[in-house]
Parts: sequence; structure tokens; C-alpha cells
Amino acid sequence: MNGAAIALADAVRSGTRSARESVEESLQKIATGDHEIHAFLEVLADQALERADEIDRVVASGSDPGRLAGVPVALKDNLCTTGIPTTCSSRILEGWRPPYDATVVERLRAAGAIPIGKTNMDEFAMGSSTENSCSGPTRNPHDHDRVPGGSSGGSAAAVAAGFVPVALGSDTGGSIRQPAALCGVVGMKPTYGVVSRYGLIAFASSLDQIGPLSATVGDAALMLEVIGGHDRRDSTSLDAPAPDVLSAVEAGVEGKRIGLVTELVEDTAPEVAARVREAAEALGSAGALVEEISIPQFRYGLAAYYLIAPAEASSNLARFDGVRFGLRVDAPDVAAMNVATRTAGFGAEVKRRIMLGTYALSAGYYDAYYAKAQRVRTLVADGFALAYLRFDALLGATTPTTAFGIGDRTEDPLAMYLSDSCTVPANLAGHPAISVPFGGDELGLPVGVQVMAPALGEPTLFAVAGAVERAAPGRAGGTP
Amino acid sequence: MSGGDARPPSKPPAIGPEQVAHVARLARLELSDDELTRFTGQLAAALAYAAEIGELEVEDLEPMAHPLPLHNVLRDDEPEPTLDRDTVLAEAPAAEDRRFRVPRILGDEP
Repeated sequence: MNGAAIALADAVRSGTRSARESVEESLQKIATGDHEIHAFLEVLADQALERADEIDRVVASGSDPGRLAGVPVALKDNLCTTGIPTTCSSRILEGWRPPYDATVVERLRAAGAIPIGKTNMDEFAMGSSTENSCSGPTRNPHDHDRVPGGSSGGSAAAVAAGFVPVALGSDTGGSIRQPAALCGVVGMKPTYGVVSRYGLIAFASSLDQIGPLSATVGDAALMLEVIGGHDRRDSTSLDAPAPDVLSAVEAGVEGKRIGLVTELVEDTAPEVAARVREAAEALGSAGALVEEISIPQFRYGLAAYYLIAPAEASSNLARFDGVRFGLRVDAPDVAAMNVATRTAGFGAEVKRRIMLGTYALSAGYYDAYYAKAQRVRTLVADGFALAYLRFDALLGATTPTTAFGIGDRTEDPLAMYLSDSCTVPANLAGHPAISVPFGGDELGLPVGVQVMAPALGEPTLFAVAGAVERAAPGRAGGTP
Repeated sequence: MSGGDARPPSKPPAIGPEQVAHVARLARLELSDDELTRFTGQLAAALAYAAEIGELEVEDLEPMAHPLPLHNVLRDDEPEPTLDRDTVLAEAPAAEDRRFRVPRILGDEP
């Protein structure tokens, strides 16, 4: 089984490499490279080294330190970490130290993984470029004048730059898969409910899922096995164990029926479309039955998403009122304090989304916007259901284009929203999806191929993703 | 598109500065004149795009609020420790007598 994190954990567990060496190497790379990339908001050097020594003592004592022993992991800054600032890249949470760990963080620690830092993101995960951060943008390691995608851009860039082998992000409309594609790494969004969201600061609760970013498909599978499974502290958590996916990565695609989604090829840049078609051909050569299918409902997904997600956000972000945590701007009475705090604490994109959502939910517009968007959500889910009568998995592009320039879309929010068009359908339906790097464009910028599967279809998803990875250009045995 | 029934208009009127100012008040946000102008244009563009779905005939479809068919998820009522009060209050902007402290809530007027 190939994978940087898998190999590293094996080496630490067998005593051929110390966790301390592993952490020191990661810290060294961050110290040398991150002033240029700005993937991290906070690096936890002392804690990480302390934890590494604990792991090494466990190994020395002959006990098992866990499946991710000594593996440095980067955490998106919307995941709560006890006593460590968790800001969502927002002024309104600057310096806030959560009193508890998110369940996913707890599970990573229990498996021996070592949190190495908190990563930059679009404020409250609202954005597709990591430019909407109160601490400035993250840069794409492949071209420092381009965005890494977003909103989990810091996590994607940290993996792409080789600072860490694995990271966690969150995906509401593509925020794991889109930056993974733009940075040339693997990014996976699990089925809604497979991973607990306890301790994830909420953006849009009917869409948010936490998932892994990694250099290889195998590493993403191991991460999902560690973080997945029921959690009584999240009422939307499915009452089932984590899916068994690591063994699926090498299972192959012989006889699998795979649908190439017309809308996720035609509506993309020519070079992106070309790579996706090559991936489809490669899957055919590997024994899959590949056919094209049109799912016209997908074309309405983005419009529905940009009503539903802001509506839920406007409600979720009401809790930032200056009373219990984070920023307070003083004023003579509570109402004025709420207004002054929110006005000073939220950035422009967050304000836009809160207002868009408030409007879509307001009297007189609720039926025309929000209720209609909820019916269109059903329409998209029905489109998937029809496709899955014929196919085991679906294939398409992860993003319409490769990485765009820093500043190119900041003044045009709608142009920014359009970069999520290929990823939102899986969020609306709650299905699993993964982006796997597959070659590049003429500038050498990475292209991501997206695989989707029905709810709880993670084993199939990872089998197809593994096959795409093995066929990727530049890989041993892949297409030239 | 069909007219003459009780359905809401499929294309609501474009949003203007007065509505944006109203929505900002509802959302407890204050906008400068500059922001009001800029946000009005940007929100109008986003809503015009969203209005594409206004043309779809989907009234016979059930609205989908959530991807899972979960209802009333209950767990056993077992007492267990919750977050430590002092730890939580230590992160509050202001606290007094082991409570969150806020500015005046009620006005001077009777």
C-alpha cells in the first residue's frame, strides 16, 4: 500500500523512524517554505515535539501508538482545538481558544497523529480562493501568483508544498475538492453523516462535511477510517462504523459501471475536459464499463446552492454577537454592541452571504428563493438517483478551470461562485466525492478529476479513485 | 412559466439599495454608503443568477432540507460532565459573578 502517511506511520510503529524526526522534518519545511506560501495561521512546534516524544516512548515501551503514529497533520482553522486559537480566518474570532477538541481532532490524536498547525482558509469557509482571510491569501505552491483554491486552501497548499503528508478540511460546496484540484493533491468529501461535525464551526449545516486532503488516495482512505464513524455528540452522525476503504484502493475497477457526466466535461476549459476524457479512457482500459451520461439537473445545482448555503449561514452566524466568545466592540446597549461587533468582525464576503441568506429567508421572498431552491435540491438528487440506476460511480471534472490568478475574481463574487459548479451537486445530495490529480494544463498547473458515488458508496469511490491515480500521467505505469 | 395561479412570482423584482439597507439591519450589520452601493450591485448579480431556477417547474417536488432521512435523534439521558464554566467564561469578552456580562439591555424609558 503506497502513501506518504501510511509509510511514515509504519516506520514509526516499527521503530525505524522516530516521531520526533518526522515532526522536526515537517517543522523544518514549514520554517523554510511557509513565509512564501502562507498555508499556516499558527504552527504548534512545541506541542508537536512534546507529543512526538510521547509517541516515541509508547513505541519504546512496546505498545501500539496507533495507525497514524507520528504523522504530522495540518488542521483547517474551523476545527476546534483545545487551548489553541481557532479563528476561521475571521477577526470576530481572533485569539479565541476553544475549551474542547473537535471529535475528528480527538480521533486523530488517539490514532497517534500529531497536529502541526492550523491552516488558512476563506473566512468561515466562504470562498473558493483563500483570499477572503483576515490574515491575507495563501499562495498556490505550483505558481505563487495564483490562488490555491478554497476554502480549505491552506490545508491543500500545506500538502502540495510537502509541509505535511495529510490535512483536514471541510467541504460545504467543494471546499476540500476544489483546492485539492487546484493544488494537485487528493481531497475527499465523505457521505453526509459519516464524519462527526462536533467541533466544526458551522457554515451551512445541511451541507458541511469534514474530510481529508493528502498526497495519495491511500492516505485519504486511512484518514477517513480514522476520523469516520458514529459520534453521539453530533445528532447528524450516522449510527454506523467508519467505512472500510483502505482495502478498496487497490481493488481495481473490473466490471464497474462508470458514467462520464456530460455537464462536468462540456462546461469546463478544453484542457480540463481533455484530462477528464483521458481518465475515462484509462478506466476503460483498466476494465471498467465507461459510458457518457447527461445529468441536465446539475446545471441548476449552483443557483440552488447559493441560496441554501447563505440562508443556513445567516442563521448559523447569528451566534457571533459579541456576548460569549471572540470580539466585542463596546457600545452603550446590547443591540448597538451586536451591530458594532459584527460590522467590525466580519469581512465583505461573509457580510454578502449573510445578507443574501437573510434576504432569501425574509417574508415575501422565502417561497420564490429558499423554498424553490429546496425543491431544486430534490431535482438534483433525483438526477443522481436516475444516473445510479445505470452506474456504480460518476466521473467528471472537479473544477471548470485550473488555478486562477490572485485578485482575478475578488471584485466579482459571481465569477468566484462559478468555480464551485462541478462540486456542489454532491453536497446537495449528501453523496461522497473525491478529487484525484490527473496531469496538468499547458502551463503545468494541476487538473483534478472528480469521482462521485451514491450515499455510503465510499468503497466504490476509493476503488475508482485508486484506479484514476494509478493511470495518472507521470505515475509509474500511468499514461505518458 | 404559467401565470394566473396562486404561486409566487417566478422572478422577484431586482434588489435595490433600500432593501439591502433593510436586510443589513435585520442581520445586525451597518453598511457605509460605499458598501451599500457595492453590495447592492453584487447581491443583485447573485440574485439574478439564482433567479434562473425561478423558471423551473418543480412545484410537484418535495423540498429537501437535509440529505438524511433522520428525525428526532434522541440519546439516553445520562448525566455527564459538561464544559467547565470558568474555562468557558475565560474566553468571553466580559464576565462577572461567573456569568457573561453585557451592556444595558433595556432602555431608560419606562
